[in-house]
Amino acid sequence: MGAPAVKIAVCIKRTPDSESRFRIASSGVAIDEAGLKFDIDDFAGYAVEAALQINEKGGGGETVVVAVGPDSVQESLRKAMSMGADRAVQLKVDSVPADGLAVAKALAAELKDGGYDLILFGKHAFDTSAGVVGTATAELLGLPCVTAVSQLDVASGRGSARRELEGAAELVEFPLPAVVTIDEGVARPRYPSLKGIMAAKKKPLESKPAQLGAVRVSVQKAELPPERPAGRIIGEGASAVPELVRLLQSEAKVL
Amino acid sequence: MLDFYDIDSALSEEERAVRDSVRRFVDERVLPVIGDAYVQGRFPKELIPEMGELGVFGANLPEEYGCAGLNNVQYGLIMQELERGDSGVRSFASVQGALAMYPIYAFGSEAQKRRWLPPMAKGEVIGCFGLTEPDYGSNPSGMITMAREQSDGSWVLNGSKMWITNGSTANIAIVWAKTNGDASDRSIRGFIVPTDSAGFKAKDQKGKLSLRASDTSELSFQDVRLEADAILPGSGGLKSPLMCLTQARYGISWGALGAAMACFEEALEYSKTRVMFDRPIGGYQIQQVRLAEMLTEIVKGQLVSLHLGRLKDAGTFTPQQVSLAKRNNVNIATEIAREARRLLGANGILAEYGAMRHMANLESVYTYEGTHDVHSLILGQAVTGLNAFK
Ligand SMILES: Cc1cc2nc3c(=O)[nH]c(=O)nc-3n(C[C@H](O)[C@H](O)[C@H](O)COP(=O)(O)OP(=O)(O)OC[C@H]3O[C@@H](n4cnc5c(N)ncnc54)[C@H](O)[C@@H]3O)c2cc1C
Repeated sequence: MGAPAVKIAVCIKRTPDSESRFRIASSGVAIDEAGLKFDIDDFAGYAVEAALQINEKGGGGETVVVAVGPDSVQESLRKAMSMGADRAVQLKVDSVPADGLAVAKALAAELKDGGYDLILFGKHAFDTSAGVVGTATAELLGLPCVTAVSQLDVASGRGSARRELEGAAELVEFPLPAVVTIDEGVARPRYPSLKGIMAAKKKPLESKPAQLGAVRVSVQKAELPPERPAGRIIGEGASAVPELVRLLQSEAKVL
Repeated sequence: MLDFYDIDSALSEEERAVRDSVRRFVDERVLPVIGDAYVQGRFPKELIPEMGELGVFGANLPEEYGCAGLNNVQYGLIMQELERGDSGVRSFASVQGALAMYPIYAFGSEAQKRRWLPPMAKGEVIGCFGLTEPDYGSNPSGMITMAREQSDGSWVLNGSKMWITNGSTANIAIVWAKTNGDASDRSIRGFIVPTDSAGFKAKDQKGKLSLRASDTSELSFQDVRLEADAILPGSGGLKSPLMCLTQARYGISWGALGAAMACFEEALEYSKTRVMFDRPIGGYQIQQVRLAEMLTEIVKGQLVSLHLGRLKDAGTFTPQQVSLAKRNNVNIATEIAREARRLLGANGILAEYGAMRHMANLESVYTYEGTHDVHSLILGQAVTGLNAFK
C-alpha cells in the first residue's frame, strides 16, 4: 500500500531562459521579450516534478497546474501536462503584475474551494526573485506554509520536508492541507516523453479571468547590471602566480 | 542553439516541445558519454531503455501500436537532435524505426504488428535491416540471398548480408531475400528473422574508422528455418525495401543537419574564445567566411527538410524529393564538419571535441542509404527521364 492519494495544485510561472542575453524594453520598466525563449520557471519545474513523484508513489491522486498569465502561459501549462500533470487552469491576465500579493489573491480565489491537500510553488521566480506569491497565498488561505523545501513526503494526512540551511539542514512536519515552496534538490524535472507531449493536447486546460487583487507595487525602472570590465591575462603556469598574487593584493585588494 | 532564420516560428508548439525534449536528452545523456564510446568503438547500449521511454523509436507510427504518433516534422526534429549527439545514435534510431518497425507496419499482418511493434517502440526488442550484400551495394536488385518455401508453408533462408547496422545487437532482422529460385527482383520479399534462429550468425565488422559508436555487422544465414508467419505478407519486389529506405533517408536529411549544427556551434564558440595574434580567431575574415558558409548551408538545409516534412505529412512527397534532401544535407554536413575541424586547429583532432567524430561519421552517412552518387543519378533520371545507372 502506498500513501493515500493526494490532490496537489502546482502554481507555475513562465519566465525567460536565465541564460538569455537580456535587453531593456523601450518602456524602460521591463526586459524586452523579443527573441527570448520562455519556459516553466526552474523552481516551479522542480515543484511539478515533486508533485508528480508524490502522486506516482501514492499511486493515484491528481496534479493540477495553475498559472496566472496571458495566453502564452498555456504553452507552459501544456508542458507540465506533458510531464504528467492531469489538468491545467489558466487565470488569464494581459500581463503578470509585479505585485506578488495581487497575484496571490487571484490564486487563492481559485484554490480555496478546490479541495487541495497540497499547494506547491517554486521558492521564487527567476525573473523577480521576490518569493512573495507562495507565502502570501498560504496566508490568504490560512494554511501552514513551509518554504524552500529540498525534499518532500506526505503520509497519512501529514507532510514532512527537509530544508537546507547555511551549513545545516532542518526537518519539519506539518498537517495537510499546506502550502510548500520548492527549492532545487527535490529531483530534476523529467523531460516530457514524446507520448506525453501528444497526450497533453487532449488533457483539459481551463481558462478563466484572474481575480487579481489591487496592484500596489510596480516597477519604475529596469536596468541591466553594469558591464564587467574585460579580464586580463597575466601569464600562464606557475611563473604567473607571484604577479597574480601581487595584483590581487595591490589592485583588486581582495587578499 | 542559434536559430538565425527564426525557423522556430515555422514549427508548432508540439513540434518545438518534441525537439526540446530530445535536445535535453542528448545534452544530458548522450554528449557526456559519446566521445569515449566512439573511441572504444561501442554503441552506448545503456541508452536504449531511456530512448524507448522517451519515445524516439518509430515515433511517427501510430499510437495503437505503442508508438508516439508524431507527425513527420516532429520525427525529423528527433533525428536532428539525435545526430547532433552522434550519427551512430541517430543510425540506431533510424534503423529501429524506419527500417525495422516501418516494414512491419507497412507490410506486416495485423498479428505481426501487434506482436512486434509495441516492444520495439519501448526498445525491448531491437531490429536490424538486411538488404546490402557483399557483392550488391548500390545495386540491391542483384542480391543472391534466397528463401525457399517448404511444403508445410515454412521457409528456408540462405545467403549473407553485409554492413548491417545493429546486426549483432538485434533480436530480429528484417531480411530481404529473393524467393523460390526466381532471380528477378520482383521475387524479393521481406522476412522477420529471429536472430537466435539456428543457422543465423552475426559478426561484428572490425576496423571501422567511421560510425564507431555503432554496431555494424555481417549476417550469414545457413539453412535458417522460418515459420510460415515470418514473411511480411504485404511485401513484394524491390520497391518494398526501397520504400523503407525512403523513410530512413527522409530522417537522415534532418539528422545530417544536426551533426552540422553541432559542428557549427562548436566552431562558433571556439572562434570567439581562442585568441591568436592577440585577437579571437573569430575576428579574422577567413574564419568569418567559414562560419558564414556553414550558417548559410545549415539554414538552406533546414528549409529543405522542413518543407519536405510538410509534403510528407500532406502525403504528396516523392522519393526523388527525398533524394535531393539526403544528398544535399549530408553533403553540406560533411563539408561543415571538415571546416569546423580545421577551425579548431589541433584541438579539432581530439575526441573531446565533436568535429572530427562528426566528420568521420558523416562519411558513412554519405555512403549508406544510397551513396551521394546514386542520389545524383536518381535526380538526373528524374529530370531527364534517362536512366544513367546502367
Ligand atoms: C556504417 C554503415 C552502415 C550500413 N548499414 C546498413 C544497413 O543497416 N543495412 C543495409 O542493408 N546496408 C547498410 N549499409 C550498406 C550501404 O547501404 C552500402 O554501403 C551502400 O549502399 C553502398 O554500397 P557499397 O558499399 O557496396 O558501394 P558500391 O555500390 O560498390 O559503390 C562504390 C562506389 O561506386 C559508386 N557507384 C555505384 N554505382 C554507380 C553507378 N551506377 N554510377 C556511378 N557510380 C556508382 C558509388 O557511389 C561509390 O562511390 C551500411 C553501410 C555503412 C558504411
